[in-house]
Amino acid sequence: MTDGEKPVWSAGLILAVIAAVCTSLVALTFAVTKARIAANEQAWLEQSLKPALAGIVYDNNLTESHLTIPIPHELPGNEPVLVYRALLANKPVAALFVVTALDGFSGPIRLLIGITDQGIVTAVRVLSHRETPGLGDFIDSARSDWIDQFERKSLSAPDRMSWALNRDGGDFDQVTGASTTSRAVVKAIKETLLYFEANQEAIFAAQ
Amino acid sequence: MSTMQSIRKALWDENPGLVQLLGLCPLLAVTSTFVNGLGLGIATIAVLTCSNILVSATRQWLRAEIRIPIYVLIIASLVTCIELLFRAYFPALDRSLGIFIPLIVTNCAIVARAETFASKNPVVPSMIDGIGMGLGFGLLLCAIGAFRELLGHGTVLSRLDMLFGGAPISGLTILDTPFLLAILPPGAFFSLALAVAAKNVIDRRRKRAAGFRLSI
Repeated sequence: MTDGEKPVWSAGLILAVIAAVCTSLVALTFAVTKARIAANEQAWLEQSLKPALAGIVYDNNLTESHLTIPIPHELPGNEPVLVYRALLANKPVAALFVVTALDGFSGPIRLLIGITDQGIVTAVRVLSHRETPGLGDFIDSARSDWIDQFERKSLSAPDRMSWALNRDGGDFDQVTGASTTSRAVVKAIKETLLYFEANQEAIFAAQ
Repeated sequence: MSTMQSIRKALWDENPGLVQLLGLCPLLAVTSTFVNGLGLGIATIAVLTCSNILVSATRQWLRAEIRIPIYVLIIASLVTCIELLFRAYFPALDRSLGIFIPLIVTNCAIVARAETFASKNPVVPSMIDGIGMGLGFGLLLCAIGAFRELLGHGTVLSRLDMLFGGAPISGLTILDTPFLLAILPPGAFFSLALAVAAKNVIDRRRKRAAGFRLSI
């Protein structure tokens, strides 16, 4: 070892000390913010579920009443589907499906679909999407009221054949220049309604 | 160099975004609205100031062969802390900025200030340098965000509630037919190019005016 050159182990020691200090800083911040972050996520979930249950009276805690439908299933998407159940005096009044439409223009569109025990759509909300800003983002209720046209619709009004875009001979408006996005949303809602019709009892009976 | 001089230098003459062209990835990606620019600007100022302070405070142990891992450790820990704090206190903004808060780690403006300034200067000047450079970057983010929001969405100051809480604010609508290109990725490049060009024009005018005065 020549003059002025410090041994390698001291470099290792410095690194270890700084790593320990930095790690404790992160651990401390994590401990301080943990409860708040969990509360935020809970509030965000409640807040994003609520709009899809417009006009429904229920008295249970939605986040405690969810069940997961494993793959394979006939719902849109290739992931397990979360279903929240709204109850009034322990009787089921509505179900909320979180489904993923994979046939959008760019990337998956996550939809929250509320359906009453009568099979009527309460409301549909987009939870996340990657459609083109300004072109495909009309599905977001913050950008346009396009998604509101599904409210109070069911498989009997309009009839099954009419669950499609106008240009495909159906009953729903498309947005010009973004029919891929519109079609994906209509198809996902229709598939969810069909699934609900076939499996309603099992969904509400499951613990 | 006085505090005012070094802040002026950071804001204008050596602005990390306009002159050094550092940190372009977050700059181009998140500036589709003013509030996004402001949010990322605040996060960047916080990280840059704290990392400058920490690097400067530990500079006597910073040996050439281990300085880069130390910068990485310090910056990565700070960014993780900032991300946790944003998630706890500004959840809506955190969702809107998404991956770009953790990606502050890769903002080369931060490691550049650690290497070229904080590792060679005492704590207080390093802190001022961090605040100044962060402000320079943050103001540019805000300016480009406001410009693109006005052209692309037609609004001004929309969704400020994501940062300050309260009821959703839709902002003032100025343009009824927004110019969509501005909020798409090419709009980010055009806006930055316009900002750099504007700065060069102003600098040249000033220089010419100064030269004119001298010749009299």
